[in-house]
Amino acid sequence: MPRTLINVPQSVPRGTVFEIKTLVSHPMETGFRPDESGRLRPRDIIHTFVCTYNGEEVFRAELFPAIAANPFLSFTAVATESGELAFHWTDDHGAIHTETARITVT
Amino acid sequence: MRRLALALALVVLPAEADDRRSGFDVMGPDTQAMQQDDTANPGILWVRDGEALWTRADGGKSCAACHGAVESMRGAAARYPVFDGAPLSLEQRINRCRTTHQGATPLAYESQELLALTAVVAHQSRGLPITPDADPHLGAVRAEGERLFRQRQGQLDLACSQCHDDNAGKRLAGNLIPQGHPTGYPVYRLEWQGMGSLQRRLRNCQGAVRAEPYAYGSAELVALEAYLMARAGGMPLETPAVRP
Repeated sequence: MPRTLINVPQSVPRGTVFEIKTLVSHPMETGFRPDESGRLRPRDIIHTFVCTYNGEEVFRAELFPAIAANPFLSFTAVATESGELAFHWTDDHGAIHTETARITVT
Repeated sequence: MRRLALALALVVLPAEADDRRSGFDVMGPDTQAMQQDDTANPGILWVRDGEALWTRADGGKSCAACHGAVESMRGAAARYPVFDGAPLSLEQRINRCRTTHQGATPLAYESQELLALTAVVAHQSRGLPITPDADPHLGAVRAEGERLFRQRQGQLDLACSQCHDDNAGKRLAGNLIPQGHPTGYPVYRLEWQGMGSLQRRLRNCQGAVRAEPYAYGSAELVALEAYLMARAGGMPLETPAVRP
């Protein structure tokens, strides 16, 4: 179960651009590194990140093996309505980790 | 009157020329910003893990069962290593607690669980000055640590002091040589892409001068820790620090 750190402003004036910062714990194993016995460690990365704002996708990122462990993503959105931001990280095992944050638009 | 004099001394002391610099002061502004923002500092992930471990019953008893809330550990990490029968690092104290009071198995050095527990304990002292323990037994330990710090070792025949005292602030290839104050351990090191203890850092340096690293938990590493913490006495603790 990955641990996450999410930074979203609690309230934002309508129509303004606000910043969202997310950090997720993940080894981001590249698939290119050998283990002690010389065999390659299987690739294990988060390959897709999606952020939805009241159900509508506002940001999507594809991640690749060159991204460091515990990927940190910072992006922006425009404040339209109060509601929920949902964050989805999908890894190589197909597991999707979801976190949510409330935002109030004034 | 004496109290006033003491208070004045405390106020005046920092005004003396203290040219000690934490690794924080000499790293880039991006890394500094990363450390200072608790939602961007990856070390906080280990602190959160540690908070969960603090209340988890291991061997029938949790840390919280004796100590209460983890906030009660405020100031503890700023004193370590201490002397309790033998010199004891914070990691060793946690493992001694586990074996003698919790009836649990000791955690391996550099295991995610031990790093998380040391991180959450040390995090309680963030911002507090490092206050080396006054136990007289520690004098000899620190002296041994200082001797090791100044002893040349490895195929490169270099002592810690030759880089971190004599040439701190200059560059070793592209990297700035810090003064080597252990102000933020365990640290999240970008090069490691993970958390590491002070002993990992020391062993890392030993490998770099092509010396055989001391074993984790060895008397040599604890003595070095004790000397370095005394050398950094008064500097604020930053755990979890981020370092390049």
